[in-house]
Amino acid sequence: MAHPVQTEAEVLSSTAEGAYHRLVLRAPEAAPRVRPGHFATLAVGGRHSSMLLRRAFSIHRADVEAGTVELVIAEQGHGTGELRRARPGDRLDLIAPLGTPFPLPDGPVSALLVAAGYGIAPLLALGEEIKRRGGQIGFILGAPTVAQLYGVEQARALTQDVLVVTEDGSAGLPGPVTEPLAQAIRAIDATVVHACGPMPVLRAVTGIALDLGARCHTSVEEAMACGVGICMTCVLPVVGEDGVSRFVRSCTDGPVFDGARVRWNDIGTVPADLEGAAAMGVKG
Amino acid sequence: MQTDDVDLRVPFGALTLPNPLTTASGCAGYGRELAKFVPLDALGSVTTKTIMASPRSGLATPRMAETPSGMLNAIGLQGSGIASFVKHELPWLAERGARVLVSIAGERLEEFAEVAEQLNGQPGVIGLELNISCPNIADRGQVFACNPATSYDVVRAVRKVAEAGLPVYAKLSPDVTSITEIAAACVQAGADGLSMINTSLGMAIDLDTMRPAVAGGTGGLSGPAIRPTAIRCVHQVHAAMLAGRIPQVPILGMGGIRTGRDALEFALAGASGLAVGTALFNDPAAPLRILDELRTELAARGFAKFTDAVGFAHRPVTAERLS
Repeated sequence: MAHPVQTEAEVLSSTAEGAYHRLVLRAPEAAPRVRPGHFATLAVGGRHSSMLLRRAFSIHRADVEAGTVELVIAEQGHGTGELRRARPGDRLDLIAPLGTPFPLPDGPVSALLVAAGYGIAPLLALGEEIKRRGGQIGFILGAPTVAQLYGVEQARALTQDVLVVTEDGSAGLPGPVTEPLAQAIRAIDATVVHACGPMPVLRAVTGIALDLGARCHTSVEEAMACGVGICMTCVLPVVGEDGVSRFVRSCTDGPVFDGARVRWNDIGTVPADLEGAAAMGVKG
Repeated sequence: MQTDDVDLRVPFGALTLPNPLTTASGCAGYGRELAKFVPLDALGSVTTKTIMASPRSGLATPRMAETPSGMLNAIGLQGSGIASFVKHELPWLAERGARVLVSIAGERLEEFAEVAEQLNGQPGVIGLELNISCPNIADRGQVFACNPATSYDVVRAVRKVAEAGLPVYAKLSPDVTSITEIAAACVQAGADGLSMINTSLGMAIDLDTMRPAVAGGTGGLSGPAIRPTAIRCVHQVHAAMLAGRIPQVPILGMGGIRTGRDALEFALAGASGLAVGTALFNDPAAPLRILDELRTELAARGFAKFTDAVGFAHRPVTAERLS
C-alpha cells in the first residue's frame, strides 16, 4: 500500500458530467504518490456529521505539477449527495492514495481495459501509462444506458479501439459489457485485461480473459468502513501464493487483485477451506 | 490555567502512561496501518484487535452498515491467532515504543487462559483486556459478560495464569440487566480494571435486498450513537465503587469518543482511561487531535491534572460552583 496522506483538500472544481460528478481537489502532497488504480476516501460533513464512514472513490487522475487529484462521484445516497454539492473553495477531508495500484508492464504489451459505468475512472490514466511504455490499448465501456456511460471521448482520444456497449442498446452495441469481450481480446491480441466495475462484471471478465489465456487484473468494489486497513469489513476470499485461501482486505491488499486469485463464486460466504473457517464452525 | 501545562499522565498498574488515550479493540488492527497517521508511542497505549488461540476467518460479508451517528459491524473476530501475533505483530509494536494492551478472547475459559499465558514476559505488553462481551461470536447465547458467574470464571482463570503485576481488564457489555452486578463479579474475581463498553447488539435491514444489512444478521453498534449508554454504564459502575458496593478499580471508558469534549465527559463520569474506536474510521489521526482538545477542555475548567477530573460528576454540587 502506498503511504497515504490525510489532508484538508480544497475543491478547485466540481462539475456535473452526465450521470456523474467530477471533483478536482488540490492535494499537492498526495498527487505525486498516486498510481493508476489507487483510490481515495473523503469524509462527509464536518466533525459532527452523523455520517461517520468515509466514502471511497477510484482516483481518476493525479496531476503532479498542478498538485491535484481528480475523483468521479456517482450519487448513491446522502453521503455522496453531500459530496456532489461541494463547491469550489470548500475543503474536504481527503485521504489518498490508498490501496494497491494496477501492475504496470515492464515493456510494450497489448492490453484491453474494461469498465462498467464510472469504473472507467482509474483506467484512462492506466491506458496512458501503458501507451507510454510502448504498448497498445483497447477499451470496452459498458453501462445499463447511455446516460450512465462515462469517459467515452477521453478513451477515444487515447485509441481508436473503443467499443461502447449498453444493456438497453441506447448507445453502441446492445447487451452486457462482457458480450464483445472475447472478440475484442482476440482482435487486439491482448495478453492482459484490466477491469473495473461491480463484482459480477469482474467475475465474468476474469472467466473470459483466463479462458483466452490473458491475465486479468480487477479493481474490486467492496463496502469498506475505514479504507486504511484497520476495520476488517472489506474482505474477500483470495487464494494466496502459498495456495491457501484467506479473507484479505480489499482496501490494503487490493482494490486491484489478480482476478485468477479471487474466489468470485465464494464472495459473501465463508468457504470451508478458508484459513480459520473451522474456528467459525464451518465444515466442509 | 495554560493548556500546555495540563498534566495528562495517568497511572496504569505499576506504570505511569503519558496520557489516558488508547485505541478501542477492533478499531486499530494491530497498529501497523494506524502508525501511518499517528505515532503509536504518542498514545498512552494501543489496544489490539482481539486475539484468540487459533486462526479465525471471521464472518461472511457484508460485515458493516452505516447507521445514524454510528455503524454496525459483524466481523466475527477475524485473526491469525496468538502464535502469529507474538511472532509477527508484538515485536513490531514493541520496536515502535507502543505500550500494548492486548485484547484476548476464547470460546471456553480455558482458551482465555491459554492465550493469556502466552503473553507472559512478552515485550511491550502492559496489560490484558478480556473480551468477554463480543456480540459477534458464533453462539450469541454464550456472551460471557451477560452472566456474573461466567464473567467471574473467565477473569479468575486468566488472573491465575497472567503474570503478577500485569493489569487484567474485563470488557463489559451494555446489553445486560445490571452492569454493576457483572462489574462486581469481575472485580471480585481479580480484575484490575474494567473496560466499558463493548458494542451494543443491533440490527439494520437493507431496503434494497429487504434482508438484514450485515450477513451475520445482527451486529455490534458503535460510534457516538451509543455514547449516552456508555456514559451511563461508566457513571453507574463508578457510583457503585464510590458507595463501596464494588472495590475501586480503574475504568477504561469508550463508546463514541470523537472529540476532546466527549473524552472529558467520560472522565467526569468516572473513567480514568479513554479509548477511541469508530472515530478512527472517520479520522485515523483523531487520537492526537482528541488529546489536544481534551487538554483545552480541562484547562478551560481549571483542571491542572486529568486525574482531577476523573469522577467529578459524582461530587455534590457546592454553593461555590453554583455561583
